[in-house]
Amino acid sequence: MTLATLNGHDVHVDAEGFLTEYDEWDEDLAKVLAHNIGIELTDDHLKAIRFLRDDFLAEGETPTIRRVTTVAGIPTKDLFTLFPGKPAKKMAYVAGLPKPVGCV
Amino acid sequence: MQRLIILGAGTAGTMSANRLRSRLPNWSITVVDRDDAHHYQPGYLFVPFGDLPPERLVKPRHDYLNDGIELVLGDVDRVDTDTNTVVLDDGRELRYDQLVIATGSHPRPDQTPGMDGPLWHKDVFDFYTLEGTTALRNRLASWDGGRLVVHITEMPIKCPPAPLEFSFLADDFFRKRGMRDRVEIIYVTPLDGAFTKPIASATLGGMLKERKIHLEPDFVIERVDNDSHAIVSYDEREIPFDLLVTVPLHMGENFVGGSGLGDELNHVKVDPHTFQSRKHDNIFALGDAADLPTSKAGSVAHFAVDVFADNFVEHVAGRPMTHQFDGHANCFVESGNGKAMLLDFNYETEPLPGRFPVPGIGPLKLLAETRANHWGKRAFEWIYWHLLLPARPLPVSTDMSMRGKHEPATDLADVPSAPDQPRKTEVFK
Repeated sequence: MTLATLNGHDVHVDAEGFLTEYDEWDEDLAKVLAHNIGIELTDDHLKAIRFLRDDFLAEGETPTIRRVTTVAGIPTKDLFTLFPGKPAKKMAYVAGLPKPVGCV
Repeated sequence: MQRLIILGAGTAGTMSANRLRSRLPNWSITVVDRDDAHHYQPGYLFVPFGDLPPERLVKPRHDYLNDGIELVLGDVDRVDTDTNTVVLDDGRELRYDQLVIATGSHPRPDQTPGMDGPLWHKDVFDFYTLEGTTALRNRLASWDGGRLVVHITEMPIKCPPAPLEFSFLADDFFRKRGMRDRVEIIYVTPLDGAFTKPIASATLGGMLKERKIHLEPDFVIERVDNDSHAIVSYDEREIPFDLLVTVPLHMGENFVGGSGLGDELNHVKVDPHTFQSRKHDNIFALGDAADLPTSKAGSVAHFAVDVFADNFVEHVAGRPMTHQFDGHANCFVESGNGKAMLLDFNYETEPLPGRFPVPGIGPLKLLAETRANHWGKRAFEWIYWHLLLPARPLPVSTDMSMRGKHEPATDLADVPSAPDQPRKTEVFK
């Protein structure tokens, strides 16, 4: 685990830069995280991000793309437009959550 | 008399019924399945290459259930958790005191647009069903080459190394037929590498490269285009194929979702250490039916049943469950040319090189290709029917052991190590 300074705050991150402390995140920090990976946050992004945060709290794990699509009702295609290439990983990164578990 | 109902007479259901029969003499045990055909699923992999006749893989379920276990044939419509009743399609109702769900996870080509379209079982195949793998064998027998695309739709799938093994065996098959130069093999996966865990992923990725099998990672399929003979991803990559061997999306049985017990894929939500439902303390799920964060594989079911049986006896006696499952899995990975490698891992520890089951001695080598591992895998068919299902003891420990294993130091250059600075952007290349 490493300390990184983002937006003037010290936050805990893992080797790949994912935040490791749920409570160190806020929406201002999300903008910085998004900017790091070339995304300018819009309300559409935030809708997905807020779902991830709430769902993580309820379920104890980062939701899969399928779960975001079926439970939050955001089409998979849209997730690929909002978070190009690797939506599951990018959403988790911006939401300050652990990388979704690639099943063994 | 108290009543235990087990849904599913596959690997996990059969093993747990047999194990509990002797330990719960005063309980009635009923197992429910839709048919009386138990398939040896690890054998599906060998059928397309003519190495195993498909009919050998199927035996009657009732032959493998011990005396004193009732087998009911019927489709489950729903579980009514208010009245503790299993309702079958034909209206029959079975009341339970304790319920075990072991109805597995099944390929669903209907969940991807175009997958089960006009090309299904003509140029598009699965090898996760007896029907699919037999149809693929017939197609391969007369195939004259072109582009073979081996594809995984979405995790989790049963036996996650199986599509890699299929690719290795296909490479071997085409070489032996003198047509490897006429076949291009592409391995398409939603993962970011050949496998999930870094050390095994680097080893297996290297094995793909050696065999000139091209790896296409991070591919999330949107549809199969039957007109253009191509798979298309959500980010609009298009991969044409002459022959597509796909592993369709896997889902649990519909009744799981319909009864409010499952996740989006109808896998039962359970505690990963005890298999107890997160909603009902008299419901458990074993084997592939559960949402455990480990491989969906018979070896996991086997280790899980060891833990479950001890816990369940405590549970029905009103005592706390004192045993914890560690996620132990081991699997033989066929690599072609009469060799295989062996992976051994759990929730916490990824597959590492070493010796198994006796540390330092073996005779099996972990994460390395050997002939002994191949014969270990083939011998497993006999072990499955004669030792595993009857729940006889095997010479393998339930908990994973770190003895005899080592973390590779410098011989695997591709393994990512923790850098001094967070690699925020590299991750997303």
